[in-house]
Order: sequence, then C-alpha cells, then structure tokens
Amino acid sequence: MFEFIVGHYNYWMYIGLMMIGFYAMMAKRNLIKKIIGMNIFQSAIILFYISTSVKRGATVPILEHAHGGHGAHHAVDVMQYANPLPHVLMLTAIVVMVATLGVAVAVCIMIYRRYNTLEEDEIIMSIRRG
Amino acid sequence: MIAQTPILIVVIPLLFSLICPLIGLWRKGLCYFWAILALSLCALASIDTLFAVMGGGTIHYRLGGWAPPFGIEYVIDHLNAMMLVIVSLISLIVAIYSRRSVEQELPEKIVYFYTVFLLQVTGFLGIVITGDLFNLYVFLEISSLAGYALIAIGEDGAPLATFRYIVMGTIGACFYLLGVGYIYINTGSLNMADVQQILPQLYHSKVILTAVAFLLAGLAIKMALFPVHGWLPDAYTKAPSATSALIAPLMTKISLYVMVRVLFTVFKPHLSVELLPVTDIMVWAGFIAILGGAIMALAQTDFKRMLCYIVVAEVGYIVGGVGLANTTAMKGAILHILNDAVMTVGLFTVAGIIMYKTKSHSISDFKDLFKKMPFTMAAFVVVAMSIIGVPPTCGFFSKWYLIQGALIAKHWAFLGALLFSSLVCVILFFRVIEVGYDIRASHGGQAHGAGHPAIIDEAPLSMLIPTIAIAMAIILIGLYNQAILSDIIAFAVPKF
Repeated sequence: MFEFIVGHYNYWMYIGLMMIGFYAMMAKRNLIKKIIGMNIFQSAIILFYISTSVKRGATVPILEHAHGGHGAHHAVDVMQYANPLPHVLMLTAIVVMVATLGVAVAVCIMIYRRYNTLEEDEIIMSIRRG
Repeated sequence: MIAQTPILIVVIPLLFSLICPLIGLWRKGLCYFWAILALSLCALASIDTLFAVMGGGTIHYRLGGWAPPFGIEYVIDHLNAMMLVIVSLISLIVAIYSRRSVEQELPEKIVYFYTVFLLQVTGFLGIVITGDLFNLYVFLEISSLAGYALIAIGEDGAPLATFRYIVMGTIGACFYLLGVGYIYINTGSLNMADVQQILPQLYHSKVILTAVAFLLAGLAIKMALFPVHGWLPDAYTKAPSATSALIAPLMTKISLYVMVRVLFTVFKPHLSVELLPVTDIMVWAGFIAILGGAIMALAQTDFKRMLCYIVVAEVGYIVGGVGLANTTAMKGAILHILNDAVMTVGLFTVAGIIMYKTKSHSISDFKDLFKKMPFTMAAFVVVAMSIIGVPPTCGFFSKWYLIQGALIAKHWAFLGALLFSSLVCVILFFRVIEVGYDIRASHGGQAHGAGHPAIIDEAPLSMLIPTIAIAMAIILIGLYNQAILSDIIAFAVPKF
C-alpha cells in the first residue's frame, strides 16, 4: 500500500491539485476566486501530462553532433530520451487555457461594469431587482 | 485543387475570420457579405466532400503529408461528411438571417460579431472533420471560446450566464483532455483509427475504463445532458438572437457527434456495448434527460427558455437512441442529429424574428402574432409539428426509428419517455399557438365593440426567407428521409 502511494506520488499530487481547483470552482462565491480555481484545475492536468513523460536521467530527443565528431551522444534509444509529445501537447493546451482565462477575465470586467461587484450573490440580487 | 477540399473546409472560415476586422475598418457593412461569401464557399466545399465520400468512400487527408500515427489526419466518412454539410449549411442560413437582428441588437459590434461568428464555425467544422483526439480538443475549445464571446454580448444577465458556461465548459473540456491523456499513456497514439487498432488488448485495463468515464463525462457537460445541463438555458436565453440561432442547434449536436465518434470509432462497439455497461447507463441518462427537459419546459413562461429545455430533451432522445445499441435505434439517433439541428435552428430563428418585432421573448407578449406575422408563424407551426412528430415532417421519421429501436431492445421505459415528451411538446406548442391566436382577447374585444383588425407587420425578407427555407427543409428531409437513410446514414451506423 505504501509502495503504491509513494510510487504514484505524481498522480496523487495532480488529483489533489485538481480537487482543490474543483472545490474553488464549485464552492466559492467570488468570480475571481472561481477563475483562480479554474486555473489550478487546468494546471493540474498540465502537470499530469508532463509527469507522464518524465524519465530519470533522460535527455532531449535531439541528435547532438549527429554528423559525427567526438563525444557524440545519440539519444535514439527509447530509454534515453524523454517523450517530447506530452510537452508539445501541453504547449497547445497552455495556449488554450490562457485564452480561456482571458475570456473569463473579460467577462468579469463586463460583469463588474454592469453590477459593480464580483460576488455572485450580490449580482443575482441586483438582476432580480431588475 | 479538388484534392485539397477537406482542408479548405476549415481554412476558409479561419482565414476569412482573420481578414474580417480589416474589412470592417474599411466598410462596416461589408462584413456581413464577407461572412456569407466565406460560408458559401465552405458549404460548397462540404457538399463536394459529401458527394466525394458517397462516390468513393472514406477520405483521408494528411496534413503536411505526414503519415497518420505521427501527423494529424483528417478523416471524412459518411457520418462526418453529413455533419459537415449540416454545420456549413445551417451556419450559412443563420449568417444570411442575422443581418437585421445584429443591426438592431448589437449596432456597435457588427464587425466583431461576424469575426467571431466565422471563428465559431471554424471550431465546429474542425471538431467534425478531424481524425485526431487532441486536435479535436483544440477545436472544441476554439468553438467554446468563440461561443462564450458571442453569448456574453447578449442582453442583461448574459455575462453572468456566460461566466457559468465558461466554468462548466472548462470542466467539460478538461475532463475530455484527461480522458485523452489516459488513452495516450496506454497506447502512445492520438490518431483515432490507430487507437482503435491498439486498444482491444487493453480493454480490461482500469485505465481505459477511467478514460471512457472521463471522456463521456466531459462530453456530457458539453452536450448539456440533463443533470449537467445547468449552463445551457441561461446562456442560450440571454444570448443575442443570431447567436442562439447558431449555437443552440450546433454545439449540442456536435458534442453528440463526438460522443458517437468516441464510442464507436475510438473504442469498438464491443467495448461500449458488451464489456462495460456504458450503453445501459446512456439509455437511462437519456430517459432522465427527456423527462427532465420536458417537465422543465412546461414550467417556463419565456419562449426562448422553453426552447432551451426542448433542446435538453432532444439531447436525451439521441443519447438514449445511441444507448439502445441496435441498428434501427442508431439510424434513428443519427437521423435525429440531422433533424434536430434543422428543427432547433428553425425554432430559434422564429424566436429571433419575434424578438426583432416585439422586443420580447416572453410567451405572454405573443398576442395577435398569427395576424401580424402569418408567414413566420406558419413556419413556426411546421417546426412545432416536426418537434411533436407529425408526418410528413422530418421529426416524425427519426422518432419512429427511435421508437422501433426501443421496441427491438424491449426498453419500455425509454419508449414511454419518448411518447410522454411528444405529448408534452403538443401542450407546449399549442399553448404558444393559443396565445398567438389570442382567442380570449378577441372575444373580449367584440364585447367591447372595439375589435380593431391587426395589420400585417411581417419580418424583413432577409429574416423571413431563411426561416421559410428551414421550414421547407424540414418537410423535404421528411419526404426524402429514405434516400438520406439508405445513401448516407446506413454507412454511418456501426456494426453491433
């Protein structure tokens, strides 16, 4: 059991972070806190992807001095290089998440201009009052 | 040139959307025609692709010439060729329709509206056309982000509704991303066809089970399946008319398409139907969605909000139909994706016209509409008949196949839900029609002796013609449903 928990610590970390973010998104009444929760949630997924490609002592999958020369280190063996694909995927995902953050903050500005508050309860009250 | 049509379908709206603000700097009014030009080209390309698929089978398009498991591949078979035509034609119709409505509701934002409109369509088409799981996520987020922007510019309360949609939509997309991550860890591939080849040896792995759960949970949020539908009614009710006419029919249907793709292309039917109780859960989810949507729709006094709950119920039809997991129900479900997209766009265009004329979408303000706007309301009656399921409108046929499928699967609860929701739709629409004819008020008017005749005050032609075209399409799809079924949908149904 101990082995199981320690051996998969990266997954436990990401689950923990994800749940913190999830809690903030669901339970907090302030819109900015919800956005912060959303960011923690998304970052947890980024860390999950990145942690799957980690290898101890591995290098980048680039053929260093591939055209010969002394001390050429060819990382063509799967065991020697870290899988670059999750990193590339997460670069794209980060861009997507930045865009989401931008839209969410822009919407918050719209809300603030109209209702002068970012507390969800107060906004709902002022919508009901018409 | 012709060999490149699959990529043109996505690239045309993307490039046109980027150039749209520049055109707007020069002449504001041109953006409308620019969007129509883009979507017409896009519609032509997708119709051409559909015929190519019908003639020569599945098209594989390699982006940049890289071979599939390494490069991104666009795969177009009968199912997504049909979806491409639905998306591009409906967005073209909504673009034509949107002019006067946008001029009235968003006079300062015309340029940006059409820019984001085209971006939204790019996202939709990209989701449909791609054969790569991660690429699908990116397009899903492009379409969601464009959708948030289009909804947020709506009436009072729209920004808050949008904020909730952003939170829910992000959770949905992140769940999808996690599911893809789990599949990637196990298979090392993101190409759908490649994953399908690799996965069968791993079907008993718990990681795959988790992946299925995450993918379907994420998509359920995106398609507004009943218990997680909370974001939909507020967002679509408060969005501008043109936005809700574009997004309401397409976003949910495209998420449903992705669900079908994930269940039957990424995983084999063997996993979804036999190894895991996925389909059983889906039938019951559909059952709850139909009942929940129908009952919530009854409680609404706002026309657009009522339509939103009808959309929720219709999502239940398709999820349940896929869950029945037999060929007939599957045919019904795929035909219903087509029909429901057309019917929903019809309902929301009518709602937009009424909004344009009366500045309201509350049912109590619909008095005398049949006298004032006979053509619009005639189109509305056709769409309403189709949602109820009266032959020869298209809604009847897909419902018929769904009911037959439920009979074959001997799933009486789902059958009951289908019939129940049809009855509820009768009540819903006749309530609107009753207010529109204003029976009680006209009796009262005669008693007072002041019954002034209502003057015909029809919507502008640019709004009326698309709406009538949709009503005609509903009848035509109904009449030619056999041709659509045997030429396109028959090839799209997976083998159980």
